[in-house]
Amino acid sequence: MEKRVTFKGWLLPLLLITPQVVVTAVFFFWPAGQAIYQSAFIPDPFGLKSQFVGWGNFQFIFTDPYYLASFKTTAIFSLSVTIVSMGVALWLALMADRIIKGAATYRTLLIWPYAVAPAIAGVLWLFMFNPRIGVVSWYLDKIGYDWNHVLNSNEAMLLVVLASAWSRISYNFLFFLAGLQSIPKSLVEAAAMDGAGFWYRFRTIVFPLLSPTTFFLLVVNIVYAFFETFGVIHTITAGGPQQATNIMVYKVYSDGFVGQDLGSSAAQSVVLLFVVGLLTILQFRYIEKKVHY
Amino acid sequence: MAGMVERNGAGTIISHVGLIFGIAIVCFPIYLAIVASTVEQKDIVSPPLPLLPGGHFIENYKKALLSGVNIPVWRMLVNSTIMAMGIAIGKIVISLLSAFAIVYFRFPLRTFFFWMIFLTLMLPVEVRIVPTFEVIANFGMLNSYTGLILPLIASATATFLFRQFFMTVPDEIAEAARVDGAKPMRFFFDILLPMSRTNIAALFVILFIYGWNQYLWPLLITTDPEMNTIVMGIKQMFPSGDDLADWPVIMATALLAMLPPVLVVVFMQNLFIKGLVDAEK
Amino acid sequence: MTTISLKDVKKSYGNLRVIHGVSVDIHDSEFIVVVGPSGCGKSTLLRMIAGLEDISEGEVCIDGKVVNHLEPMDRNIAMVFQNYALYPHMSVFDNIAYSLKIAKTSKAEIKQRVQETAELLQLGDYLDRKPRQLSGGQRQRVAMGRAIVRRPSVFLFDEPLSNLDAKLRVQMRLEIKRLQRQLGITSVFVTHDQVEAMTLGDKLMVLNDGRVEQFGTPVELYQKPRSIFVAQFIGSPSMNIVPVSEGHRLPNGAVVDHAVPKPQHTGELSLGIRPEHIDIEPASDVRFLIEMAEQLGANTLIHGVLEGSSAPLVVSLPGLHTLESLDASIGLRFQPENCHWFDTATGDRL
Ligand SMILES: Nc1ncnc2c1ncn2[C@@H]1O[C@H](COP(=O)(O)OP(=O)(O)O)[C@@H](O)[C@H]1O
Ligand SMILES: [Mg+2]
Repeated sequence: MEKRVTFKGWLLPLLLITPQVVVTAVFFFWPAGQAIYQSAFIPDPFGLKSQFVGWGNFQFIFTDPYYLASFKTTAIFSLSVTIVSMGVALWLALMADRIIKGAATYRTLLIWPYAVAPAIAGVLWLFMFNPRIGVVSWYLDKIGYDWNHVLNSNEAMLLVVLASAWSRISYNFLFFLAGLQSIPKSLVEAAAMDGAGFWYRFRTIVFPLLSPTTFFLLVVNIVYAFFETFGVIHTITAGGPQQATNIMVYKVYSDGFVGQDLGSSAAQSVVLLFVVGLLTILQFRYIEKKVHY
Repeated sequence: MAGMVERNGAGTIISHVGLIFGIAIVCFPIYLAIVASTVEQKDIVSPPLPLLPGGHFIENYKKALLSGVNIPVWRMLVNSTIMAMGIAIGKIVISLLSAFAIVYFRFPLRTFFFWMIFLTLMLPVEVRIVPTFEVIANFGMLNSYTGLILPLIASATATFLFRQFFMTVPDEIAEAARVDGAKPMRFFFDILLPMSRTNIAALFVILFIYGWNQYLWPLLITTDPEMNTIVMGIKQMFPSGDDLADWPVIMATALLAMLPPVLVVVFMQNLFIKGLVDAEK
Repeated sequence: MTTISLKDVKKSYGNLRVIHGVSVDIHDSEFIVVVGPSGCGKSTLLRMIAGLEDISEGEVCIDGKVVNHLEPMDRNIAMVFQNYALYPHMSVFDNIAYSLKIAKTSKAEIKQRVQETAELLQLGDYLDRKPRQLSGGQRQRVAMGRAIVRRPSVFLFDEPLSNLDAKLRVQMRLEIKRLQRQLGITSVFVTHDQVEAMTLGDKLMVLNDGRVEQFGTPVELYQKPRSIFVAQFIGSPSMNIVPVSEGHRLPNGAVVDHAVPKPQHTGELSLGIRPEHIDIEPASDVRFLIEMAEQLGANTLIHGVLEGSSAPLVVSLPGLHTLESLDASIGLRFQPENCHWFDTATGDRL
């Protein structure tokens, strides 16, 4: 769709769009280009010269067991975060949708965690599960479970999943609730009058009608788990123990900044670019609307 | 009317119980943080933590705000505020301008620029960490507000949002303004901007939270504690070795860090929800 | 003193030509109505005069000066839009005052002129309201006020009444006419409603598919339509067009009354006759089979066919009639002086 009315002239619009274009070019395209360029070189340890290695860095990372493990870690982490967070949110939204009185209060009480930064969420959960002083770990100890995510890989993964999922519940809740409220109630009522039970109605009417929302949230949550959970990982586990929670984004950071392995980090960035591209194609159903309106 | 179904049945009661239970779980971490921020270190190091707040509220918060661990928290709050406002306002301003250009003008390279902005949807800062850092370092923008803000203000989302809104403004409004003698920028400021104010406000809420909660970027480019933002500064408050962290102060800081965005969400709930939905549409 | 003249004005969108060369001279203080079916190019033509649309070919002159490349503002025109296009966030006062503010008129003068305009349009009590707090008719007045306050030399109206309900439409129609007379401003008014066109215009331009079918006074258009299109478009109910074959026979074989003047023309002919120009003539061999009667009050519309054929015909009879009060079949007489002849193939008047 295009506007019929347009103002004349080309200098003014070019000036208007310049800030956006300059920022985009300098901070998006130039660095992305650099990442691609650097992925073909290995800098010497002093950073003075680089040696061209072509696909070398990619060959290296794709044969590096740590990197391959990081792929798997990322997949497990993202799926778990998505499923836990969406599951809990859907459950809460289904109940909130059934309530008339006080629904607004419940909503208010459920949406504010959205405002809590993932890094802060990490600190809160770290505090609860701190092996030495955490409240939850203390009670777990009382019932005979020795919690120590600093040493135990599975517990570390569980903790970062819980913290990441927690900070995403509000978002999913809001969209599920909106999705549920847009389902014509007459449909559900008609089924109820026919004697269909809650689960039957959910499976046959509510869930199918909710599927666009579900699909949308699925993609958005996976993107979230991929990129925005950096703060959670960094505050709780820093990728440990033994790389058990070293998701791809975190690894780009730790190899590039902590390990100073720029060639490998750049190659990993390029891989991530592809991943983002794939996710974007998945998301295209929604983005398409943005473009064509 | 969901209630029509099984209104008087057990369903509603179960829903209330379930919701209260869910809220309790969701709120529990925060409640613990509140408790921890009002007790003394010795209450924390000898678990379990008391389940009711203690009497050291003022003391802990005063310590956090005025001295902190590396740097007083008030300083980090100031930094966070500047960054969050800078990002939100910056994104809104450049997006408004570029959306205005794209919708209301025909100019060379228009389509090219449009797709260029569109592509940034696919380039989150996390995938280009090292090179972006290098660009900022080359510009000498490490440890500066400019360095904190500038790389984050290009936003395809905001541009698309405004573009979409401008498209819904009837053509005749712009024509009437032209007939009334308004030049493009006059039309922009007198008519388009006031008409977009709800959208701007909603977007501002979302972007403020987005900016406030930035973590990775400030972590990379602020090596000077004076420039730390509160969200990333918390991590710096943990001692590096085996020393015991000063939990009451850290928890007080965590609560201070979440307070501004939480207040924004709670008190501007409708704008917040509109912003969230608009941004994803 | 303002005249407008269009010289062979054309408009194309890409390869699609929507205005095929329109030429017309509009005199000072004249009220011109452009009328035609939806999509025929009326708005496009008006917007080219306004300066909102580029002119592909030809010239638009205002007061003898070519204005093709002038901004709307510099043409000193004012325009009223179909959807009013009021600025939703501004009060009525600010809506009306906006053009004056842009022209850097002094505060005092703005106030005075807005007040005057508001008086003229009975908007005095609503100056502080926002457009959404007004009724359709009031919004329409604000749109008018916005046009009037600038004292333009030309008014342009693009279907300004079509969003109003029927009663208000009639009322506003009169008001627009009155204001235009009072202010004496040259006006071009676009509408698809021929009743509106007939009642408002000093002259009418009938537009069809981007071409001018006829330009003239309402009476000229009614009495001497230049084509079948104009004949059927102007006047309500619409003119009957009856095909006439060799020997001036109607479709049912009856020969048209000898008194009706017949043109010398080879080829297919059509006879045009308005429903109000047909009388009952029991002895006539033009027989009419009645199917339906519509009582309009002062007159009755009788729908039916020419007996022995399927050619439809509408007859308007003064007074009230019902199907029962009339015979099923009646004889008709076409008033000879009101018969129109057209070439069926080209649609042109003969
Ligand atoms: N921007 C445009 N691009 C292409 N075709 C257009 C455009 N604007 C109008 N048209 C076409 O021009 C013709 C005349 O339109 P318009 O002047 O709006 O008709 P009217 O006002 O008589 O209903 C229509 O067929 C319409 O589809
Ligand atoms: Mg039109």
